[in-house]
Amino acid sequence: MAEIRVQHLRKAFGDFVAVQDSNFVVEDGEFFVMLGPSGCGKTTTLRMIAGLELPTGGQILLGGEDVTMLRARERDIAFVFQLFALYPHMNVRKNIGFPLLAQGMPSAEIRTRVEETAKLLRIDHLLNKSVSGLAGGDRQRVALGRAIVRRPKCFLMDEPLGTLDTEFRDLMVHELRELHNRIHATTVYVTHDQMEAMSMADKIAVMNHGVIEQFGTPREIYDRPATMFVADFIGSPPMNFLGFGGGLAKGAKEIVVQGAKVAVPEVREDIAPADMALGIRPEHIRFDDTSKLRGAIYGTEYLGTTQIVAVETADGIIKARVPAEIRLNAGDHVGLALNSARLSLFDKGSGRAVRTAVHDTASQGRAQHG
Amino acid sequence: MSLTTAHSVVAPSANSKRIAGAIIIAYALISIVPLLWIFATSFKTPPDSIAYPPKIVFQPSIEGYCNLFTTRTRQTPEYINSLGPATGFCDETVRKRNMVIAGPSNFLPRFLNSLIIAFGSTFCAVFLGTLSAYGFSRFKVPLADDLLFFILSTRFMPPIAVAIPIYLMYRELGLSDTALGMILLYTAVNVSLAVWLLKGFIDEIPREYEEAAMIDGYTRLQAFWRTVLPQATTGIAATAIFCLIFAWNEYAFAALLTSGTAQTAPPFIPTIIGEGGQDWPAVAAGTTIFLVPILVFTILLRKQLLRGITFGAVRK
Repeated sequence: MAEIRVQHLRKAFGDFVAVQDSNFVVEDGEFFVMLGPSGCGKTTTLRMIAGLELPTGGQILLGGEDVTMLRARERDIAFVFQLFALYPHMNVRKNIGFPLLAQGMPSAEIRTRVEETAKLLRIDHLLNKSVSGLAGGDRQRVALGRAIVRRPKCFLMDEPLGTLDTEFRDLMVHELRELHNRIHATTVYVTHDQMEAMSMADKIAVMNHGVIEQFGTPREIYDRPATMFVADFIGSPPMNFLGFGGGLAKGAKEIVVQGAKVAVPEVREDIAPADMALGIRPEHIRFDDTSKLRGAIYGTEYLGTTQIVAVETADGIIKARVPAEIRLNAGDHVGLALNSARLSLFDKGSGRAVRTAVHDTASQGRAQHG
Repeated sequence: MSLTTAHSVVAPSANSKRIAGAIIIAYALISIVPLLWIFATSFKTPPDSIAYPPKIVFQPSIEGYCNLFTTRTRQTPEYINSLGPATGFCDETVRKRNMVIAGPSNFLPRFLNSLIIAFGSTFCAVFLGTLSAYGFSRFKVPLADDLLFFILSTRFMPPIAVAIPIYLMYRELGLSDTALGMILLYTAVNVSLAVWLLKGFIDEIPREYEEAAMIDGYTRLQAFWRTVLPQATTGIAATAIFCLIFAWNEYAFAALLTSGTAQTAPPFIPTIIGEGGQDWPAVAAGTTIFLVPILVFTILLRKQLLRGITFGAVRK
C-alpha cells in the first residue's frame, strides 16, 4: 500500500480542459472519494492515476515514485470499472486469477490466492460458475476480487456501484467500507452519489468543471462548504441561500437579510461591498413567529420522522427540515429562526465561503485547491 | 352467441403463420431444384443426362465422377478385349464406352488450388482486417474517417473493371498463374469488407476489458489476444464466411489470370465439356464436389453468419 500524491495535475482534450491544476494527497490506507457531477473531471483524474490517460501537465507520485508517464501495467494498481469488465469467456476463478497469470505466478499459488480472496469476499461457492450468470452484487464482488487478489499499491474504483439496484447498492456500500476496514488499502473512489461518498469516505474531493472545489473530511465538507457549489451539491435537500448586500467587517456578528437582523458566526475577514449569500442547511431552520424573517408555506414533503417544508420568501423558496409532527397548511405565514452557529456566508460573485468563527476549529491545512 | 377469442395485435395468427410457412417452403423448393438437378445429373449416365423428356427416375451411375477424375482415350474393341480384366469399377465403366483410362484429370489439382487460394486469402483478409479494425476502433488514427472511406471506396467499382491493368501488372511481376498472385488479389478485394465488418464488431466490445487487462499487468498485444479476440470470434467467423464465399466462387479473375498450375476450380469445370463430347454428368459431378466445402463451412458457422447478416439491425 502507498500514498498517492497528485501535483498540479492537468488534462486537456484539445480545447476542452477536463482537469485544471489538481493537487491532493491520499494518505496510505485512506479511503478517498472524488465526488462531482458528470463531466467534472473526476473520472479523467482517476484514469490518469491508473495510467489509462496521460496528463497534459503535472505529476503523480505513487508511494514516492513518480509514475506520471509510466504504463498502466508498470504502476501496480488495481482498477474496478463501472461495468465491472469481467471477461465473459472465463469463469469466476479465471477472472480473479487473471492478474496473477500476468505475473507468471505458478498455478498452484494462483489457486491458493484466488481461493483466499474468494473467501474474503464470500464468493468461494461461485468460483467455478460462469460470470455471465451472476447477479449484480456477485459480479461486483468478483470485480473486487480481481482487484484485491494482487495486493496492489492502491485501488481505483470508477463508480463501481453505479449499475446496481438501490437495494444492492446500500449493501455493497456497507461491504466495501467493511472490506476497507479489514485490508486498509489506499483507495480512490469516483462517484456522483453524495450518499456513497459521505458514508464511505475518509476524505472527499468535490470537483466541478475540472477544479477541486473542496478537499476534506465528509464532516468538513458538509458543515463548512468552501464554495456555494459544494454547499449546493452536498445535502438533500441542498443548502438554502438568501441574498444580502453590503460588505462585511472583521468581527461582525450580525447581518441584515430581507430587513431582518440575523446573528451569524463571527466574521474573520474584511469583505468589500458585494452581492453576498447566507447559506442555511434545511435542518438549521426552525419556525418561530417572533422572527422578523418571514415567509409563506408553499408545500410540504412528509418523510415520516421529518418533513421538508418549502417556504416562499421575498428571495425565493427555501426548504426547512422540521419534525414531522408540526401541522402546517399551504399559505400559512411563518417566521423563520436560523441556528446562528451553523450558518455559512458566501461571496456570490466568486462563490467562495467567507472565513468565520465556524472555520476556527477546522484543519484548513488540508485544503490545497488553487 | 359468444365472444370471439381475444387475439394479440402483434403476434401473428395461426393462419398468417401457415401462409408465411407455405411461401417460405415454396421459395426453398424453387431454390433447391437446380441444385438437386445438378446432384441428380452427376449420377446419371451421359445418355440419361440428355434424354428427352428428362428422366426423373434413373439407374444411378458414378460414370460422371469417373470421367471427372480421369482422362480417357478411345480404343478399338479388339485392343480393349486384349487387355486384362478391368481393375475397378471406373475402368469397367469406361471400357463399355470403348475407352481406356489414360491417367488422372486435372480436377483434383484444380480443386486443391481453390482450397489453398480461397482459405489462404480468407486468412490474410481476416488477419489484416482484424488488426486494422482494432486500430481504427481503439486508437486516434489521423484522418481515420478519410482512411475508412478510402478503404470502403475500393469496393465502389466492380473489381473486374480493373481486370486488364491487373492482368498486365501481374504479367510484369510474374504473378500470373501463381497461387500467391491469386491470394494477394482476393485478399485485396476482401480486406475492405473485413475491416468494415470487424470494426463494427470490435466497437461493440467495451474497451474496459483491455484496460482492465493492461492494468492487471498485460501488454496491449496480450490484452488484445486474451480479451478482445475471444469476444470477437462471432464477428471473425462471420467475416471469414463472407470472404471465403467470394474467393471460392470468383470466376472472372480466375479465368483471366490462371490457366495452368494455379487454375482454380471455377474456370476449370466448364472446360470439362470440351473433352470428348458434352459430358454433363462429369460437369455436374465437378459442381457437386465444388459445392461441398462451402456448404460444410456455412453449416458449421451458420449461427455466426446469421449474426453477421443481421448485424446492427437490432439494438441490444
